Amino acid sequence: MSANVHTDKISGWSGTQILRKLAGIRELTILAVIIVLMIILSFVSPAFLTTDNLNTTVLSVVMMAIVSVGMTVALVSGGFDLSVGSVMSMAGVVAGAFVLGGMNIWPAIILALIASFGSGLVTGTFIGRVKINAFIMTLGMQGVIQGVAYVVTQGAPLSVPLPNAFTFLGQGYIWGIPTLIWILMIVIVIADYLMRHAVVAKKVYYLGSNQNAAFLSGIRVGKVQTWIYIVTALLAGLAGILTLSRFSVATPTAGQGMELQAIAACIIGGASLSGGEGSVLGALLGSLLVGIVDDALVLLNVSVYWQSLVIGLVLIGAVTTDVLTHRQKA
Amino acid sequence: MACLVSMEHITKTFSGNTALNDVSLELNGGETHAIMGENGAGKSTLLNILTGSLQPDSGKIIINGKEENFKSPLDASNKGITIVHQELSTFPHLTVGENILVGHLPQRFGLVDRRKIVESIKYYLDFFGVSFTANTLVKTLSIPEQQVVEIIKSLIVESAHTYVFDEPTSSLGDEDVGKLFKLIEGLRQQGKAVVYVSHKFDEIFRISNRITILRDGNMVGTGTAESYNAESIIRLMVGRSLDHIYPPHGQPSEKVLFDVNNLSAGPKCKHVSFKLYQGEILGLFGLVGAGRTEIARAIVGANKKQSGDLSLNGKKINIKKIQDSISNGVFYLTENRKIEGLFLKMSILDNVVVTDLDSVSSSGLLRHNLAKKKTLSAMEHLHVKAHSSAQLVQSLSGGNQQKVMVTKWLERQPKVLILDEPTRGIDVGAKAEIHQLLRDLSNKGVGVIVISSELPEIVGLSDRVLVVYDGSIMAELRKEQITEDMIMHYASGLEVNERLG
Repeated sequence: MSANVHTDKISGWSGTQILRKLAGIRELTILAVIIVLMIILSFVSPAFLTTDNLNTTVLSVVMMAIVSVGMTVALVSGGFDLSVGSVMSMAGVVAGAFVLGGMNIWPAIILALIASFGSGLVTGTFIGRVKINAFIMTLGMQGVIQGVAYVVTQGAPLSVPLPNAFTFLGQGYIWGIPTLIWILMIVIVIADYLMRHAVVAKKVYYLGSNQNAAFLSGIRVGKVQTWIYIVTALLAGLAGILTLSRFSVATPTAGQGMELQAIAACIIGGASLSGGEGSVLGALLGSLLVGIVDDALVLLNVSVYWQSLVIGLVLIGAVTTDVLTHRQKA
Repeated sequence: MACLVSMEHITKTFSGNTALNDVSLELNGGETHAIMGENGAGKSTLLNILTGSLQPDSGKIIINGKEENFKSPLDASNKGITIVHQELSTFPHLTVGENILVGHLPQRFGLVDRRKIVESIKYYLDFFGVSFTANTLVKTLSIPEQQVVEIIKSLIVESAHTYVFDEPTSSLGDEDVGKLFKLIEGLRQQGKAVVYVSHKFDEIFRISNRITILRDGNMVGTGTAESYNAESIIRLMVGRSLDHIYPPHGQPSEKVLFDVNNLSAGPKCKHVSFKLYQGEILGLFGLVGAGRTEIARAIVGANKKQSGDLSLNGKKINIKKIQDSISNGVFYLTENRKIEGLFLKMSILDNVVVTDLDSVSSSGLLRHNLAKKKTLSAMEHLHVKAHSSAQLVQSLSGGNQQKVMVTKWLERQPKVLILDEPTRGIDVGAKAEIHQLLRDLSNKGVGVIVISSELPEIVGLSDRVLVVYDGSIMAELRKEQITEDMIMHYASGLEVNERLG
């Protein structure tokens, strides 16, 4: 070992250095904010720290968190996906329509996921191969896929008779915890592991960090981009199917506005619109923070009309803090 | 003759490197003053200071006897100094008239007066005999036409007394060059001062009255145009002692390692053919814009090629896209470290393993310990100075960044390595290390092609030199032919002009 290359160890660092390093990790900052918020809320409102309330709080953000995982991948690559809300609506509606047409729910789910995959494939191909700007392409697909959902339902929600085995996913409990939360945890654990260890995920980070360098280093930029939008669409499709299971109704507007909520959650969790940054854990924590803030407003008897205002402020606050701390470092 | 502008004892340093050292320049009314020097001699810095884009560390600018401090290009323009930039800076979605009159658009009741625009630029459009009008959108013009727009934009400033032209003819046809020279001559006769920067000797001798030559930030000669000829200028431009010892030359064998035949890819790479022999370092020299980078990018498939056959060790290889060249062991190291070379916000490890992810992963998952082991040994091999393999590349010095970039290709066992400006912007020590590394690679049988605009580097390092001019290979120089004078002679296109003239 040459004198210039030290091994990767923390020894020799002072305590303040470690503290500063930890403060630089966005996920920990958000986690700290969440914990502080929870402590305050438990004092202000005795109803907060009850299993029921916590379950409700998390349940309200399960779909957002699942969609945010996909959005994280897109954001890390330097892109984003405005069509996820429409895909989410479409997947639920497609599955519901097939069931109403006499099909068993399980093959109907497979078909809904195939439809989501197809949507992602189209989006990804146009962005990755034809080189259409991600904003334009996903905005266009938002309209197209939403249109499919409207056409299938003729605009009205479909009441779908569903077997208990399926509604268990959206309405059941395992050991006192809603099945949906278990599903979310599985998605998070797998996605987080893959984002940190999978070669293909590494390529997403390369792409978002410097697309020119990625190209010259031999990474197939177009192919990676295509897969990114397939992943966002599949996760949105999953969220749509779970929504159907939760409410037993296929609504053509089930995912409306989800794309911006998911982007907000990811950004609060440390992702950056310029790419190269972001993590699955950050997306989860960003979603949870949004959920807890919503819940706090309810518990504090603040009118629901304040909700969007407060969430908007949280987003701006999180990003401003980040910009200011980064500026200090430079 | 009246001295309009005088720059006195100008010194400018960039993070420790002296770009200009005590340079003085007098611009007289009624005189065209040419400034010459090789890439990096300090011409651009001098012009940027004169036109307010940069501020000198010391020294002063005196206009009509009054000392001026330019804080911005607008300041300089208000004091009568206007420039035609080498790079086009047009607004493509606006009209020709709006481009030319940007900043002082004629108005009527707060609205743009289109008729006035047409009137005020008519003279110049007619003079150049252009096929477009004041209302044509600039994005529909060809590059030479856009350059004409750019030129008119600076000529239209009638209050100016000093006109600066920074390689204005780089994309003009002969006819337009003639017209431009007529305009410059007109300005001179009106008593204006003209500064003209170009690499092209025939142009310099055609229009300049006075010539100043820069080398390494110092003024090494100034005098009337009659007192110089091409040879004496070249000698002044390049005459310098080598600043460090280069590794000994190699013993190239007769065996052809890599053969490029009739490669064409756009206007900057025309019918390029050459051979690379086992054990040699091949230098590829050309002035900025000559097409060196385009040739390299076409070889590795980063740019589309129209024609061209490549063979490696006598076997034809088919390179359509960049992955093809990488799988054949032909690698290209970009000149543009920050923009297309490195992942600045990622770790050293990430930057090193990017080219060879397969070898540090199994069943699609990264093996972090293996990647770290490989990176650490590569860092040790190239003496990369860093705390750990997890350090972010943006926090490294230029020399260490460059080493990291070289490392990512070395990890993949190159057969042919094309390095574009491998030592740009790094310190002397790191330079010497990279030169030694390249020689070692070459001795081990790796084909090494070095593209550089630094003459001493090309002369010191290469066993053979190809000189590129205007997208073609002008000359192949061997052994004692490899001198800075000879290379510059071909790189300036003198040979072409002699042939034509």
